[in-house]
Amino acid sequence: MAVPILKQSNYLIATIQSALTDADLVQLRDALVGQVGKYRSRGVIVDVTALDVMDSFASRTLRDLAYMISLRGAETVIVGIQPEVAFAMVQLGITLEDVTTALDLEEGLAYLEKKPGHGHGGF
Amino acid sequence: MQIRVPVASDGDLVAARREGRVMAERLGFSASEATLVATAISELARNIVNYAGSGEIHIGSNDNGGKHGITVIARDQGPGIEDVKLAMREGYSTSGGLGLGLPGVRRIMDEFDIVSERGRGTVITVTKWKRR
Repeated sequence: MAVPILKQSNYLIATIQSALTDADLVQLRDALVGQVGKYRSRGVIVDVTALDVMDSFASRTLRDLAYMISLRGAETVIVGIQPEVAFAMVQLGITLEDVTTALDLEEGLAYLEKKPGHGHGGF
Repeated sequence: MQIRVPVASDGDLVAARREGRVMAERLGFSASEATLVATAISELARNIVNYAGSGEIHIGSNDNGGKHGITVIARDQGPGIEDVKLAMREGYSTSGGLGLGLPGVRRIMDEFDIVSERGRGTVITVTKWKRR
């Protein structure tokens, strides 16, 4: 199932709405890396609230996504990692390394807004 | 209680881990523990798809000497793992992954057993016991 990507001012917001296959995750990564150029976006938010399992493949793909977006000059924030998912990631030994995370969409947007050069005329 | 999920594509991974979560919750595991079980199944099922092409995941209750738990058996008839010790080492990967797969599964489950024979396939059996 493809993940819908919403363009909101300078940002792209991808909201995962159900469990994703590996192919869906790779497609999301590639779509965001492409669209960040198309829309000249400064930031990307990936909302993983609905993701019930973050295994080694999912975390690696999100890490790759964040790094690829940064190579394109924008920043990624992963939001909505659920408590049980966070617990499983720690137990499994998964790290997102230096990928920025925030509690939810609101916090993620607030983080991006504070970045210099990301300002805009409001929503 | 037993369920068998055939695994041959990455869509089957999603089905297998959903079944694992449902079974774990039905057996009385907490949401956190059910997530651990689902995550372990995800790793085991991906191993099958990546290395053997196809196989199956059995998920069932396990009652053993007063202990109650959930057991997951991942079975394939793929090429087998050449060096099980190496595959179990942290950070080792032949697929360009993080190498977290099997060692991670061993860490999040209470029991872990692997039998692999070259040319015959691999059977990995893991169990999580309910805390009393």
